[in-house]
Amino acid sequence: MKLKLKIWRQKNAKTKGSFVSYDLDNVSPDMSFLEMLDALNKRLVEAGKEPVAFDHDCREGICGSCGMFINGYPHGPVPGLTTCHLAMRYFNDGDSITIEPWRAKAFPVIKDLIVDRSAFDRIQVAGGFISVTAGAAAEANSVLVNKHQSDMAFDSAICIGCGACVAACKNASAMLFVSAKVSQYALLPQGRIEAKTRVRAMIAEMDRQGFGSCSNTGACEAQCPKQIKLTNIARLNREYYKAF
Amino acid sequence: MNKILFSAVSKKFVMALAGLFLLLFLPVHLGINLMLLKEDPEPFNNAAHFMATFPLVKVVEIVLMLAILVHVIYGITLQIINWLKRPVGYAVRNKSETSAFSRFMIWTGGAVLIFLIIHFFNFYFIKLGLVEGDPENFYSLAWQLFNIPGYVILYWICFALLGFHLFHALQSAFQTLGLNNDFWTPVIKGLSLIYAIVVPIGFAVIPLVIWLFK
Amino acid sequence: MITLNAKIPEGPLEEKWTKYKSTTKLVNPANKKKLDIIIIGTGLSGAGSAAALGELGYNVKVFCYQDSPRRAHSVAAQGGINAAKNYKHDGDSVYRLFYDMIKGGDFRAREANVYRIAEVSNQVIDHYSALGVPFAREYGGTLDTRSFGGVQVSRTFYAKGQTGQQCLLGAYSSLNRQIKAGTVTMYPRRDMLDIVVIDGRARGIIVRNLLTGEIERHSAHAVVLASGGYGTIYYLSTLAVNSNASAAWKAFKKGAAFANPSFVQIHPTSIPQLNEFQSKLTLMSESLRNDGRIWVPKNKGDKRPANDIPEEERDYYLERRYPTFGNLVPRDVASRAAKERCDAGYGVGDTGLAVNLDFRDAIKKQGKKAIENKYGNLFEMYQHITGLDPYEEPMRIYPAGHYTMGGLWVDYELMTTLPGLFSIGESNFSDHGANRLGASSLMQAAGDGYFILPNTISNYLSGEIRTPKVPTTGAEFDEAEKKAKERIEKLLSIRGKNTSTTFHRRLGKIMWDYCGMTRNEEGLKKALKLVDELKKEFWSDLMVPGEGADLNQELEKAGRVADFMELAKLMITDALNRKESCGAHFREEYQTPDGEAMRNDSEYSYVAAWEYNGDDEPILNKEPLKFEFVELKERSYK
Ligand SMILES: Cc1cc2nc3c(=O)[nH]c(=O)nc-3n(C[C@H](O)[C@H](O)[C@H](O)COP(=O)(O)OP(=O)(O)OC[C@H]3O[C@@H](n4cnc5c(N)ncnc54)[C@H](O)[C@@H]3O)c2cc1C
Ligand code: SF4
Ligand code: FES
Repeated sequence: MKLKLKIWRQKNAKTKGSFVSYDLDNVSPDMSFLEMLDALNKRLVEAGKEPVAFDHDCREGICGSCGMFINGYPHGPVPGLTTCHLAMRYFNDGDSITIEPWRAKAFPVIKDLIVDRSAFDRIQVAGGFISVTAGAAAEANSVLVNKHQSDMAFDSAICIGCGACVAACKNASAMLFVSAKVSQYALLPQGRIEAKTRVRAMIAEMDRQGFGSCSNTGACEAQCPKQIKLTNIARLNREYYKAF
Repeated sequence: MNKILFSAVSKKFVMALAGLFLLLFLPVHLGINLMLLKEDPEPFNNAAHFMATFPLVKVVEIVLMLAILVHVIYGITLQIINWLKRPVGYAVRNKSETSAFSRFMIWTGGAVLIFLIIHFFNFYFIKLGLVEGDPENFYSLAWQLFNIPGYVILYWICFALLGFHLFHALQSAFQTLGLNNDFWTPVIKGLSLIYAIVVPIGFAVIPLVIWLFK
Repeated sequence: MITLNAKIPEGPLEEKWTKYKSTTKLVNPANKKKLDIIIIGTGLSGAGSAAALGELGYNVKVFCYQDSPRRAHSVAAQGGINAAKNYKHDGDSVYRLFYDMIKGGDFRAREANVYRIAEVSNQVIDHYSALGVPFAREYGGTLDTRSFGGVQVSRTFYAKGQTGQQCLLGAYSSLNRQIKAGTVTMYPRRDMLDIVVIDGRARGIIVRNLLTGEIERHSAHAVVLASGGYGTIYYLSTLAVNSNASAAWKAFKKGAAFANPSFVQIHPTSIPQLNEFQSKLTLMSESLRNDGRIWVPKNKGDKRPANDIPEEERDYYLERRYPTFGNLVPRDVASRAAKERCDAGYGVGDTGLAVNLDFRDAIKKQGKKAIENKYGNLFEMYQHITGLDPYEEPMRIYPAGHYTMGGLWVDYELMTTLPGLFSIGESNFSDHGANRLGASSLMQAAGDGYFILPNTISNYLSGEIRTPKVPTTGAEFDEAEKKAKERIEKLLSIRGKNTSTTFHRRLGKIMWDYCGMTRNEEGLKKALKLVDELKKEFWSDLMVPGEGADLNQELEKAGRVADFMELAKLMITDALNRKESCGAHFREEYQTPDGEAMRNDSEYSYVAAWEYNGDDEPILNKEPLKFEFVELKERSYK
């Protein structure tokens, strides 16, 4: 396949960026989106030019490193896939593809398509944990957990922290991300003990980090590669009101 | 404490409560308006009179005005803050799947607000004595207005937009209040849709009926 | 020459660890605050140890190359984590887990260490469960387990196909708690470039800030490597693409012995290579072998679509060769058998480098729904990647580099031969011998981090309480920083024509062909030459654009590939030295007439711990393996 790429290039946080166009031939439909960029980068590097910088690691949809805004969609047009899992099969010969970094005040651009998502870490540091010290835990089966609840907790816990929800949201809100974590713990008896302090701390930190507020548009749910549900946000709200 | 009252979630909570209260009021208003369709101006004028004088309604009225104020102020400030959360926008339009209703709340809300202001000048401020007019005969006032084609078209547009606003509003309020689950949410969405269609259409048919049959 | 002292405590196997813990030297709480510990890595081992050491009151600094500790490679583990809980009442015990690991590792691991990890496995599950890791549960609310990797008991705890992610997020949460408490400082986006040794002890590290390119110095009383495995040396592997050997390799060059570098596990079921730009091989969980049947056509070069090949013309070679275990033979056996068929010309797909994993019979028997319930996610992932529907036609799979049993040599205390430098998790060699059993490496990484290192490191640190804060201004730091900068300059100044990825791909191919699933002397010797040539070419024809003082991903990659070039030689040397077949190390010269591995216990029952020797050949140190508690047996899966 032949593609016309338009990619956001920005040297660093301080300089202004702009779009640069590239033509790329010989793209195989079996390539992943990142492998397609690898092919472009190979060409650039061999010509002594700086390659397009982007975050990536596992390349199998689980680490949450990758993420770019592709033709108007975070992680591209196929639901349920991360950028690294997006096969070029989903594009057509001759397509034009515009690639932008996540855009949000809380995710400043570092270089090209790399953004700083450490705000997510800070929210987790604020309260995304259960306070148990190594060695202090009781025998695992001494705490029984309803299977249904536990499965629901799992469904919330699979968030990979990629930030697509923030990128998709017109308000750059992080509610889906925060709600997934809060829900995981809220649904488990182990997590109930600190439920109130946790949700208050995490929401306060979320606001401090500069994310917008939720207006229930559902863009996050639609774009989340792990299909984290909007019901988590309702649960987060509930947990928050209960915390006073 | 400050953080709690003014956290993003709390602000939305307040907005949702205020909005829901407004939602309760609309059908009441509609009920009264439907009396415009009677040949006899008495029932309508009586109802208007009752609304203007009954003490308990007075209290509710204050709450209502507060609700409008809070809903509008919070809505606008939250929107402005949210806009600031993405200082650099996307070059390609964000195609993330959402309903258009939810994306344009500030605009549909704004249109409704403008209508509301006009409406206040036409009726409510007369009642309060701020604007000249006969507070005892809103019936003929309404009839007069409905005979101005430009007004009716504006009226219809605003109610269409109100419908869009309401469709998202109801389900969104429930979500914000933390009420969302696999069973009830589809039901709530269905009810939102019915409400968002029936109430604005109820308002909108009044001038139509007046035009066609009266 | 170094001396290898494994420091195994005296006494019966079951009492060693308890006795060690109750007699080891401790550091009092007031002193802990004054002791700094550096940890490289935030996987299950690194994040776990950081949290545990922070909880104890040490002053901990943690480093990782990703933008967040939550992305460490442990996140990708799918299948599960073992523990000897015996919840299924099927006869499991600490001893049985220990024995399975020793046997699975083909008797090339140290008894005392393996027993200890089996012992702490139960604590790991208790701890993760308390941390809110949503493991699968039974309807009654207790934890569920499944059987994994061909063992006879059901001891694997799991969270669907995302056990590693869930365990890592648990570890990450406990790390976060300590960051909040102020005992741990997190340094993400840092690449470790060197270890600083002062007076024979590890005292600090040099890192490159990947955002700014700045070279930073960090000092401590002890350094812990939790930097994971080096399976990416094959370029195409199931590991995260940025996984690397650099941290461990730098430790090696500073005096830590590297043990059994050639012991690499090749996983039998990954999605085969589809295009020339492919950057990684995606693992398809081993659990698929519970229901899928592996076959190739009986006729060479049969290119008909799989579904058109009649039953009589299919060769279910695992069932044929291993009637007892069938499709569930251990990973190394399954991998080699696949390679053997493909090399003989029976492989399927365009490249002929794939075999069929067929669910037709399982779907017929159990129904599509049942299969979908078990493997739905995996099938979907397969379809997204390959565009083929595994419900309709067999999956194509091929082996891929997966896990490195080899790693830094450590004693019972998990300390390397460089005093003050510890190594935990996949970066050490300790518990899996010549082959790792499924679901036991998450267990080892977590056990090392949470429950073993915090106990053993105090024995070393108790001797350090009089050492004041280590300054980062000494000559050793200057020297290490200078060397690191020089190397960056060198990489940047070659300005040749090829990318580091190109070199990496070529190196990977050499290693895969000659030092992969099977090895022979001729091939290995050839590989030594090829790697030497490639290395020369690398240093004269590499292209790294951009500058050092900036975010420069090509520079990061180049540094890693440069280290892989050196490690490759050590792996080959080790493979050449070990003239036997054991576990994942299969020397073609040493096999039985029907193609099974032939171990040589009288000559090779030792750990090969290689010592860096400048530009000269590395020195081989042997740690003899004594089996006091188990009887050496031939591994048979027939
Ligand atoms: C696809 C796959 C599936 C697996 N499934 C299972 C399974 O089901 N069960 C099981 O038990 N095991 C499984 N394993 C193996 C297991 O995941 C790993 O062995 C284990 O997670 C290793 O953990 P670790 O803590 O040692 O290191 P890792 O999790 O690999 O972490 C390494 C850390 O070191 C850091 N690091 C590395 N180099 C540097 C450097 N130079 N500078 C700074 N930081 C550095 C990284 O940033 C990272 O934080 C699987 C492995 C793979 C590849
Ligand atoms: S909620 Fe979904 S989109 Fe948001 S960070 Fe988690 S996985 Fe990514
Ligand atoms: S690279 Fe890990 S999720 Fe895409």
